[in-house]
Amino acid sequence: MLRCLLTNLETYAKRKISFTMTAATTSAPSTVEHEFPPPKVLLYPSSTAPQLITQGAEGRLYKTTYLFPSIPCALKYRPPKPYRHPTLDARLTRARILAEARVLVKCRRDGVPVPAVYCVDEGAGWLMMEWVEGVPVRMGINEWLGERVRDGEEVEEEEGREQKGALVDLMRRIGDAVGRLHKTGVVHGDLTTSNMMLRPTRESSGERGGGRDKVLEGDIVLIDFGLATQSTSEEDRAVDLYVLERAFGSTHPRAESLFDEVLNGYRAAFKQAGQVLKKLEDVRMRGRKRSMLG
Amino acid sequence: MTLEKLHLEHVPDDYRVYVGLFKGVTNAGHLQSQLVARNADYEYAFIDASSVLSRLQLIGAVYKALSVLLDGTIKTPNVHSEIVCSLSPSNNISEAYRRWGITATTKDIIIVKVLFPTETRAELPSAEDVWQHITENVHGAAVPFSDDELSQCTDWPKVRKYYKLNGAPALDGKGEEEKIREMSLLALGAMALRGI
Ligand SMILES: Nc1ncnc2c1ncn2[C@@H]1O[C@H](COP(=O)(O)OP(=O)(O)OP(=O)(O)O)[C@@H](O)[C@H]1O
Ligand SMILES: [Mg+2]
Repeated sequence: MLRCLLTNLETYAKRKISFTMTAATTSAPSTVEHEFPPPKVLLYPSSTAPQLITQGAEGRLYKTTYLFPSIPCALKYRPPKPYRHPTLDARLTRARILAEARVLVKCRRDGVPVPAVYCVDEGAGWLMMEWVEGVPVRMGINEWLGERVRDGEEVEEEEGREQKGALVDLMRRIGDAVGRLHKTGVVHGDLTTSNMMLRPTRESSGERGGGRDKVLEGDIVLIDFGLATQSTSEEDRAVDLYVLERAFGSTHPRAESLFDEVLNGYRAAFKQAGQVLKKLEDVRMRGRKRSMLG
Repeated sequence: MTLEKLHLEHVPDDYRVYVGLFKGVTNAGHLQSQLVARNADYEYAFIDASSVLSRLQLIGAVYKALSVLLDGTIKTPNVHSEIVCSLSPSNNISEAYRRWGITATTKDIIIVKVLFPTETRAELPSAEDVWQHITENVHGAAVPFSDDELSQCTDWPKVRKYYKLNGAPALDGKGEEEKIREMSLLALGAMALRGI
C-alpha cells in the first residue's frame, strides 16, 4: 500500500497540471466528457465553472462554489465503478463518503485543523467542504529546499542551507496537528505531505518573515480523510507516524533528518505520545526487516 | 419590500428563493394551524428564528433542501418542510418540526418561499405577489434578513444544546464574531450528517 501511495505522490505534480487542463476544456469533444462525467450537482449553473483539481483512483476533487460566488468549496466525488455490482457499489460509496464526512465533522468540533463540511449527498457520492487556500505542505517544503521536479526526477540544488529555523518550525506545526488529530481519537490512514495544506495566515500575507521562509508560513490543515478511522490504538497511531516518516524520506530526503521535530511537536500536543513513540520503534523495526527480506 | 431574493450556486435559474424575517409576530398560532391544515396558500417554510444561528446556516439548510429536491430524493412532503428538517442534526422529523418549526408562541419567524415551474404551474407568482400574501397574513414587523437582526433573535443556550456545541474545543478562545461563524460551520456539518 505504501509503495502505491508513494507512486501516487511522485506523479502528483504532473497529474495536477494535466487534469486542470482537462477541466478547462469544457467544450471538449463529447467522448472526453463521456469519459469523465461530473456529478449531476455540478451540471446546475454556477458563477464560475467547476474546476477538476485531481483525479485519483478512487475519486475526483473539484473546486467549485457553495451557496454564493464568494464561498469557494472543494467537492469530493466518488463516481460509480462500472466493474462493480451496482447495489454493492452504491453501498460502498455511500459508506465511504459518510465515513469521511463523519470524521471531518468530529475533528472540526474537537478543534483539529480540517476543512468544515458544508453538504453531503452520500447517495450521489459527493461531499462538499470548505476550500482550503494555500498549497500542499509538500510543495512548500520543496520550494523552500530548492528542489525542482524535472521529468519526474527530483533535482537538488547544491547549497548549504544553514538556517533551518523556518523548517524546524513547520515540522513542529505538523507534529502538533497530528498530535491533536490522534488526541481526538482519529487516525488518518494516509499521512503524507500532500494530504496537508499550508494555509496562509492573515499576518503572513504581510511583511513578517519575508524572503525564502515565506513559503513555509501558514497554518497546517489536514485533508483527505478517505482512509481515516476512529481509533485510539497505539499501533494505529504509530503506523500513521511511520507512514508520514516514510513519506518524508521519499519526497523530501533532505528534510528527513528533521523528522524528530515532527515528533517533538507531536509530543507537545498529545499527552499519550510517549507510548505511541515507543510503538513507533517496533513499527520501524518491522519495516526494516521487511525491506531486508526484499 | 423586505423580502430578499437568493441566487444560489448550483440551483437552476428558474428556481426562485425568497427569504424574510419578521419580528414580534402576533399570529403564529394562526400560521401554524394553516400549515397543519395543509392550506395550499400557506406553502412556506416558517422557521423559529430563535433556533437559528446565522444567515450562512439558514441558507445552507435551504440549499440542502433544494439539492435533495433536484436529486429526486426528498424525504418530507415538499421543499418547505424539507427546509425545516434540513436544519436538524437528527433524522427525527417530528423533533425537527418541534425545534425549528413554529408554535403559537413563536415571536420571531424566518419565512422562506421556494417557487419553481411545474407541469401545472408554468407562470410563477411575482416577488410582489409573494410579498403581498406574506404581509397580509403574517402580523409582525418585517426586518432585513441580516446576521445582526438574526443574532438578536437567537436563543444561544438552546441552539448550543441542539447542535451539541457546549464544550466544543473548536470554540475555545474565539472572539464573538468568529465564534458565531465557527458555530455555524459546526451546525452545517451536523446538518449535513443528520445523525447518520
Ligand atoms: N478542502 C480542500 N481545499 C483545497 N484543496 C483541496 C481540498 N481537499 C483536497 N484538495 C486538493 O485536492 C487534492 C486531492 O484531494 P484528496 O487528497 O482529498 O483526494 P484523493 O482522491 O484522496 O486523492 P489521492 O489520489 O491523493 O488519494 C489534494 O491533494 C489537494 O491538493
Ligand atoms: Mg490525497
